[in-house]
Amino acid sequence: MMAGLPATARARRSPAAIAASAPANSQAGRRAADRSFLALCLGITSLTVVILAVLLITIWNDGHGRLSWDFLTNFASRKPAEAGVKASLWGSIWVCAICALSALPIGVGTAIYLEEFSRRSRLTSFIKLNIANLAGVPSIVYGILGLTAFARLFGMASADSPITLGNPESFFYLQLPFGHGVLAGGLTLMLVVLPIIIVSSQEALRSVPRSLRTGSLALGATQWQTTWNITLPASIPMIMTGAILAMSRAIGEAAPVLVLGVPLFIRSTPTNLMSDFTVLPLQIFNWAGRPQAEFHELAAAAIIVLLAVLLTFNAIAVVLRHRLQRAAG
Amino acid sequence: MNAGPSATMTNPANTSSPNEINLRKPDFQSAAPAPNGAPDEVAIRADKFDGWYGEFHALKGISLEIPRCRVTAFIGPSGCGKSTFLRWMNRMNDSIVGARASGTLTLDGEDLLSRTRDVVELRRNVGMVFQKPNPFPKSIYDNVAFGPRLHRSFRSSDLDELVENSLRAAALWDEVKDRLKSSALGLSGGQQQRLCIARAIAVGPEVLLMDEPCSALDPRSTASIEQLIRELEAQYTIVIVTHNMQQAARVSDRTAFFFEGSLIECGDTDEIFTNPRNKRTEDYVSGRFG
Amino acid sequence: MQNAAAVSTAARSAAAASRRGTARSRAARDGTERVIRGALLGCALLSVASTFTILVILLAQTGQFLAMPEVSAWEFFTGTTWSPLLGAEKHFGIWPLVTGTMLITAIAAAFALPVGLVVAIYLSEYAPARVRTALKPVLEILAGIPTVVYGFFALTVITPFLHDHVSESFGTYNALGAGIAVGIMILPIVASLSEDALRAVPRSLRDASSALGSTRFDTSVKVVVPAALSGIVASWLLAITRALGETMIVALAAGGLAHMTANPADELQTMTAYMVQIFLGDAPAYGVEYRSSYAVATVLFAMTLGLTIVGNLFLRAFREEYE
Ligand SMILES: Nc1ncnc2c1ncn2[C@@H]1O[C@H](COP(=O)(O)OP(=O)(O)OP(=O)(O)O)[C@@H](O)[C@H]1O
Ligand SMILES: [Mg+2]
Repeated sequence: MMAGLPATARARRSPAAIAASAPANSQAGRRAADRSFLALCLGITSLTVVILAVLLITIWNDGHGRLSWDFLTNFASRKPAEAGVKASLWGSIWVCAICALSALPIGVGTAIYLEEFSRRSRLTSFIKLNIANLAGVPSIVYGILGLTAFARLFGMASADSPITLGNPESFFYLQLPFGHGVLAGGLTLMLVVLPIIIVSSQEALRSVPRSLRTGSLALGATQWQTTWNITLPASIPMIMTGAILAMSRAIGEAAPVLVLGVPLFIRSTPTNLMSDFTVLPLQIFNWAGRPQAEFHELAAAAIIVLLAVLLTFNAIAVVLRHRLQRAAG
Repeated sequence: MNAGPSATMTNPANTSSPNEINLRKPDFQSAAPAPNGAPDEVAIRADKFDGWYGEFHALKGISLEIPRCRVTAFIGPSGCGKSTFLRWMNRMNDSIVGARASGTLTLDGEDLLSRTRDVVELRRNVGMVFQKPNPFPKSIYDNVAFGPRLHRSFRSSDLDELVENSLRAAALWDEVKDRLKSSALGLSGGQQQRLCIARAIAVGPEVLLMDEPCSALDPRSTASIEQLIRELEAQYTIVIVTHNMQQAARVSDRTAFFFEGSLIECGDTDEIFTNPRNKRTEDYVSGRFG
Repeated sequence: MQNAAAVSTAARSAAAASRRGTARSRAARDGTERVIRGALLGCALLSVASTFTILVILLAQTGQFLAMPEVSAWEFFTGTTWSPLLGAEKHFGIWPLVTGTMLITAIAAAFALPVGLVVAIYLSEYAPARVRTALKPVLEILAGIPTVVYGFFALTVITPFLHDHVSESFGTYNALGAGIAVGIMILPIVASLSEDALRAVPRSLRDASSALGSTRFDTSVKVVVPAALSGIVASWLLAITRALGETMIVALAAGGLAHMTANPADELQTMTAYMVQIFLGDAPAYGVEYRSSYAVATVLFAMTLGLTIVGNLFLRAFREEYE
């Protein structure tokens, strides 16, 4: 029975004996450590709640006095009493719509390629590495990319005498380069949120059980038929959640839009893809940067509007996800 | 013999255990009091013990005595409450929301269930080995030293000795002595399980609870752990849950058969396997249902 | 027997029926598949293209900047004076902007890394389910608040608080106020990613630890946190990357004075804040100041890219795989 143990082991002290020879740690001390750590956790966690509460309350206190229908329907103005967010609110809506329409197909397409179509190759792992690194690029750097690629088209066409197409008054007006119109803004924001959409869509696709795919493939469906009919529908709720998160990020971004060089004062709403625009966060930046208290109140009011937009957005997301989840069964 | 024996005597947690970890079983038997009978021989006693998960009545009126320095096997079909009972013996169920118990459950005559009972101290005294090996993602050495460091302050030479002897007691020392500092996750499943046993031994418990310790292992690792259990019996009160009838017959002195939350029969292993009193026990141990 | 015959008849007629549909051409199907595959690959390559374009733009512009007569590469990388807009003699030494960025990031990290980790430990190891469901939205809201809002918060709440309750030396613009606001901004990143890492640690390890007589504190700090360390460190690195690149908070609350300082009450300028100053149109396009912002962007890009790569390597090297 003792075959596994060498004979010398017989002369050894038992674990219990060794343990008994060492001084015991104070039980009371250990219990106190446990309790004080819990107290620390509770304290610090409530601190974060307090921070959020203080933030929301001060902004409400500063800004709610300026909130009115006029605030939503007036353009920005040098006179605080007449100033409003009409231009920036509409600018944000346009830019986000363009961002969503361009980023979603490209982002989900990339995710589908990586998860469903790619083989293990150097190219694939290079693309994956590249996307991981893109997620860490500061948004202001994307602004530089947008400025060079979209607003200036790499200097291939002169910004002073752009190539134009159609009537500047109509919706279908186009010009090259895009200048600092809503199209350039939306595409720049697309660059910012693309990594977010790709990564969350990849996770969504990965969460679909492999058995569903093999089931479809075993019926003779092609890879794309399987993706389109089986995998994608099953992962849509999660993809939408990621997309909404990405769009919330896009609505709040100011730096990349600022780099595009959008005009600071705008007294019109966009009418086509080339229209000048500004966005809510930039308007807030503009007002918050002024020393006068009136402008701080305007900034706070605009923040309330921005947060309300974000909240609506997330509410839509919750409802949408709920619907889709039910539809997916 | 060195300072070992006298030191053991002073260990309050281990008063009744013999002085040497590696005493052969025969030596121990000659030195030990006769089995069965005297009340001080009972390590764990359950009396009309009931356990619930929320509304679900998982254990019904269990009355059972577990003798010290013996191996007791729990057998019974899946879901009959063996693990639940085991987990009450060191209060692992405390972390499960909705788990509660009533009746009596004592260790050395002291109430196990009392609210004021210090579960940390209890678990130091009642070690547990789980179904799946669960080494910490630390080095082999740190895995074994983890428990002792929690409870006491060791000189490093003492700790080295403790780790070595725990690993020896778990029959793992020779396989790992050259790589104590490498990750425990690099060990095979059987080695990992023996490491978990060494880890449990290192805190110097009185009782070792083992919940299907061999179910994730191959026959060879199983054999080495079974041998180990027989060797550890001299030192520890062992309760083992198993689905393997041969294993129960091989390693245990006493066997308890559970069925749908109730204790059907409990007695000497030979008795249970050769001459059960209850029809259901007979059917189960002979493999007629399962 | 009769049953089996009926089944085989049904099977035969089903097979016949399935042959009645028009067969699709295999060539057409493969062609479609190839086109779709190509389009999807195109999407994937777009992101590679954007990285390359960023690199090319930054390097080309930085090269042109360094080649300008007013600038020397040596001064740019080693100089400690940054005065592109002031006075007759312009100096382009990047260090004041780099140290400014680092001071802000250090303040933010000193706040957010420990606090975020403690919140994560509380959420994953201690909080009852009800408290957890109540607290998660708080983190989500904090994560969703645009950074310009934090900038406003720094300017109108944190800095006045520092001025009134800590020291009179805190002016309208100071590093500490901006740094704390950046810290609040990255806090939810640390908290939620660390919590994910902690929750990924299997329950069996916690059981093993408490079965050895650990208190909950012992289990959390000595078993769960070490087991999740790679994920926690990765969340820290991601948060630091975000702090380095944060723009609107520092542009609003840290000020516009580029100088080397370690005093958190001082006004200072970060790399991003300088870029905002230039792109807001203080400088004529294609002048030396304008180009300098690209050079600054290149340095910033290199720093964040380096951190991201280190983070990914770290995750890959130290990740413990659990079943
Ligand atoms: N955490 C829990 N919550 C609710 N019910 C539980 C929980 N754990 C176990 N149960 C139920 O309690 C009963 C007994 O479970 P237990 O795990 O003790 O069975 P067992 O005898 O160990 O089975 P096995 O041999 O499969 O391990 C089962 O019906 C099980 O479904
Ligand atoms: Mg069980």
